[in-house]
Amino acid sequence: MKEGFRQAMAWLHTWAGLTFGWLLFAIFLTGTLAYFKDETSHWMQPEIPARSVSSEASLALAQDYLQQHAAGASRWIIELPNAREPALSVRWQQSPAKPGERGQLTAKLLDPQTGREVQARDTQGGEFFYRFHFQLQMPYPWGRWLSTIAAMVMFVALISGIITHKKIFKDFFTFRPRKGQRSWLDGHNAVGVLVLPFHLMITYSSLVIFMSMVMPASILASYNGDAKAFFSEVFPATNIMESAGKPTPLPPLAPMLEKAREQWSGGQVGRVTVNNPGDANASVVLARDGSDRVVHDFGSAVTFNGVTGQLLAATPAQPLPMAIAGSFYGLHMGHFAGPVLRWLYFVCGLAGTAMIGTGLVIWLGKRQLKHAKSGVMPFELRLVEVLNIASMSGLVIAVAVFFWANRLLPLEMTERAGWEVNSFFIAWGLSLVHALVRRGRTAWVEQLTLAALLLGVVPLLNALTTPWHLGVTLITGDWAMAGFDLTCLGSGLFLAWAAWKMQRGAETEAVRQRSRPITLEQEAN
Amino acid sequence: MKAKSKTLPVSYRLAVTSRVLAAVFGGYVVTALASVCLTLWVPMARAEAVVTGMTSSFLVYLLAVIWCFACRSASRAWLGLILSSLVLAALAGLAYWMERS
Repeated sequence: MKEGFRQAMAWLHTWAGLTFGWLLFAIFLTGTLAYFKDETSHWMQPEIPARSVSSEASLALAQDYLQQHAAGASRWIIELPNAREPALSVRWQQSPAKPGERGQLTAKLLDPQTGREVQARDTQGGEFFYRFHFQLQMPYPWGRWLSTIAAMVMFVALISGIITHKKIFKDFFTFRPRKGQRSWLDGHNAVGVLVLPFHLMITYSSLVIFMSMVMPASILASYNGDAKAFFSEVFPATNIMESAGKPTPLPPLAPMLEKAREQWSGGQVGRVTVNNPGDANASVVLARDGSDRVVHDFGSAVTFNGVTGQLLAATPAQPLPMAIAGSFYGLHMGHFAGPVLRWLYFVCGLAGTAMIGTGLVIWLGKRQLKHAKSGVMPFELRLVEVLNIASMSGLVIAVAVFFWANRLLPLEMTERAGWEVNSFFIAWGLSLVHALVRRGRTAWVEQLTLAALLLGVVPLLNALTTPWHLGVTLITGDWAMAGFDLTCLGSGLFLAWAAWKMQRGAETEAVRQRSRPITLEQEAN
Repeated sequence: MKAKSKTLPVSYRLAVTSRVLAAVFGGYVVTALASVCLTLWVPMARAEAVVTGMTSSFLVYLLAVIWCFACRSASRAWLGLILSSLVLAALAGLAYWMERS
């Protein structure tokens, strides 16, 4: 019975992993890239200068700018720059023409040192990977549902995989390189077990993030079907008063930052919202930046009177269940992670991606062995092979093409950001076509070589198309920019190595196939 | 459940389909009922109880899925799910009734 249980779990692991493996590979790779979302955006919008300016100074500049350009707006939203996101972003909303409607929103990026508008190229930047990771380029809410379902399948595959392994810790210390199928399995086990805590955390937390969407039964049961009542109880919205119509000057916002920090024992302010600026009923809401602690708190904010500058209210501390859910959220997002921890997140994410990839390769490899002699592959195995190639090497090519499009598309092009995304999907589609027409190993080698070239040449491309090349960024200490170039170069070298290994594997396979008839004849003699 | 081979009988395929349906849909019903049950019985403020119920629900889903594939037959898998959802529904109903009275 016990052996039967393990076998059943092995079956579950195999088929859960296969059916969702391709989607999970894309979710994991883009999610891993999203850990460097701000750095990627910085590389893709190099026009925005990276400068360290105090929050007070940038908030004062933003206030000046908004008072000149958006005096009559019903709301100002100011996103303060931080170490990772260099731009000072201001948005303002006009008073709606009719009550109940949403007023038009205008967004501008400012240089946090001079307060002038920055003209940056139109791009989604790292935000694209972040959004794709959980929305899968699908309309709301289908992408979120599909990615959460994929997360549940991942959770099942992880746990059934752990049960399948009898000697999980012994296996961990076993790696038999250059043994073909055995090496892939050892590698799969090693990356699986080595970062197992990360896999479990990242998978369970992804379920918790969308729990109120996918598992709303307890909300409906406790609040008699009124989900809104639950949300307004958990996230108490600050009451926004109507505009009084009496112009009253707005006090300087910058001193409020210090008061908010006192409330949060040093926590930084991320966003400043001013409701009815320059009116007798003005209020200022300072929302906390999540990067100074693990536990995420959605509603954490301090409200000030927008005329007297008095502190009005601060949200109370989170109750324990919310803090637990919040820490799942915070751990998944990693906003709190400094450079070292952020790289660790990135490496763990890559290990997860590699675990999924090796799993898919093993599934096919095991079944291909049976058909190696006949040389004819059944339809379903060929299908898996094509999808493996397109979903792995094809996706890497698409990512590289996305970066190339950012540098090569003309700056004044209309819908430029949209065309960057289009080139990503066109490249991905072409890689699928390529995988269909070429034989398995040849397709792998060609796609890996192309991906290696595209990524490896990124620093050169950057140097040719912008003045922010490695020679400049390394000297001025713009580590996000330089790090991006160097990471692309490193990935290119790794992919070149992978292509070379794959090519050699193809050669030895060909030699073995040619020599086989002879050995068979000898045995017959 | 042995590895797939060329000649799998239709009955085997149907049984696997039945298990998958039990795991996905039956498992979801059991999970939703379990999260409602926990929410209604845990001694916490209402919003906190809801968050607790939702946060822990996916563990129930995991167990339900494992149950569906570890069972000796598909019908036993369904039976287990139906029995546990009846028990959970009764418990949830009891909590509801106690709150009302």
